[in-house]
Amino acid sequence: MSHSIDYTANPPMGPSVIPDAPALPTNNPISLPRKSRWPARLDLLQSLSGLLLALFLIAHMAFVSTILISQAAFYNVARFFEGAWLLGRPYPMLVSLVASAILALLMLHAWLAMRKFPAGFRQYRAFIAHKNRLHHGDTSLWWLQLWTGFLLFFLASIHLYDMLSQPELIGPYASADRVWSGGMWPLYLLLLFSVELHGGIGLYRLLVKWGLFGDKTRARLHLARHAFSAFFITLGLLTLLAYIDLGRSHAAQAGERYIPKAAAQTATH
Amino acid sequence: MIPLFRHHTKASSQPRRLTLKILRYNPAELNAAPSFQAFEIDEADGMTLFIALNEIRATQDPSLQFDFVCRAGICGSCAMLVDGRPALACRTLTRDLSAQITLAPLPFFELIGDLSVNTGKWMRGTSERLQTWIHAVEPVSADILETPMAPELAEAIYELDRCIECGCCIAACGTAQMRPDFVGAVGLNKIARFRLDPRDQRSDDDFYELIGDDSGVFGCMSLLGCHDVCPKQLSLQTQIAFLRRKMARLGLN
Ligand code: SF4
Ligand code: SF4
Ligand code: FES
Repeated sequence: MSHSIDYTANPPMGPSVIPDAPALPTNNPISLPRKSRWPARLDLLQSLSGLLLALFLIAHMAFVSTILISQAAFYNVARFFEGAWLLGRPYPMLVSLVASAILALLMLHAWLAMRKFPAGFRQYRAFIAHKNRLHHGDTSLWWLQLWTGFLLFFLASIHLYDMLSQPELIGPYASADRVWSGGMWPLYLLLLFSVELHGGIGLYRLLVKWGLFGDKTRARLHLARHAFSAFFITLGLLTLLAYIDLGRSHAAQAGERYIPKAAAQTATH
Repeated sequence: MIPLFRHHTKASSQPRRLTLKILRYNPAELNAAPSFQAFEIDEADGMTLFIALNEIRATQDPSLQFDFVCRAGICGSCAMLVDGRPALACRTLTRDLSAQITLAPLPFFELIGDLSVNTGKWMRGTSERLQTWIHAVEPVSADILETPMAPELAEAIYELDRCIECGCCIAACGTAQMRPDFVGAVGLNKIARFRLDPRDQRSDDDFYELIGDDSGVFGCMSLLGCHDVCPKQLSLQTQIAFLRRKMARLGLN
């Protein structure tokens, strides 16, 4: 007689006494096709896409804030990504490619995360009532994450489409003109707050969700989360101010491109 | 008696006057509508909500419904919302609360009346759904000596077995409020418990059949309400994260 686990047996406490008990999957594993592995993959992908976006966010912030060092520094960073140092001449297409990839990642992440949104008004109301009753930090944070995520879907898409369609318009003057003369600064301001809050909370939840630090570290993780958001919001505000300032002083010549000093000198000679 | 070691209450200190606002509703009554009713009592030394509710029932309103068995945090029947947070009434001291206390039944579970909910029915249903009992290939023989278990392992299993099925974790779970088919922390903790047990011969593939979807471990959004309210201080965060890692790994195959 072959031994196998008897899934069809009644529970040891006797047959169900509950009239509307959830259907028992008691006869499934061997005879029925096994459960799809996709929920596991989608869960992994949701975390992974979020992590990649957060890493991109950090790198992106580092690059754009070079304007705080000098215009030339930002100019060099912008040219670096056009690949002239490698390919002999600049290809703004490369920037388009990166922007498209990030846009695709954003869409994927949004779609995966949206599965967790309240489905319908009843669930929406149930969650709000629950959140207001419980006064529980991590539960309320999720609500903030949901709304900032919702905003980001639109704000980040607009910004990415801008970069994707006009990749050559990145540089000290071109960017500053977009921010000020192009009237984009309110969008960037809102985008900055949403993205840094969402990213900070997301990274925190990633660590908690996968249990990377045990359960004694939550207070410290929260501290790190605040530090993350505060640091990047401050850096972002300073950066945005720098572009606004530059954009205002450059408003009269809006559209004119930045030419680095060395090149400008050789041009006048 | 040594006066030093006696706890003196100053003669001037009057006991606090507590107001308990209790959500009353009897679904068996026709045309009944839920409403809050306020009861006032004097606070006593070391008073728990269990004592307060019994006093109200004995002296003010014999129709007040609530559940108690052990009054020592062991049976899990007295969970309710205390100022909006799930807690065991028998383990909640009134001195830790303000003089205005709001009590309501646990959400999510079927209401029996006033503060009494049928957690048992849901727990039983979840046990059947998640098959929370030992699945052994070999039939158990009473004539053979049991295989010994390392004390550390027995301890670890016992730690997870401390769950009293009070339902606080479900009432504190945002996911469960939105999706009533979610197994919740109590269900996931039980799976973690049987997964540890060497007498249970189910593999991770078998467990995946039970919790490998969005009504199982992947539905959890790590809001940790469960972890923060569990009156037995079970490390639900660790258990859920552990299961998530094990189940997610199967997705890579
Ligand atoms: S896990 Fe904790 S909160 Fe949940 S039912 Fe068990 S004892 Fe209660
Ligand atoms: S951690 Fe998961 S199970 Fe616990 S309250 Fe949050 S969503 Fe619910
Ligand atoms: S009466 Fe048993 S846990 Fe409170």
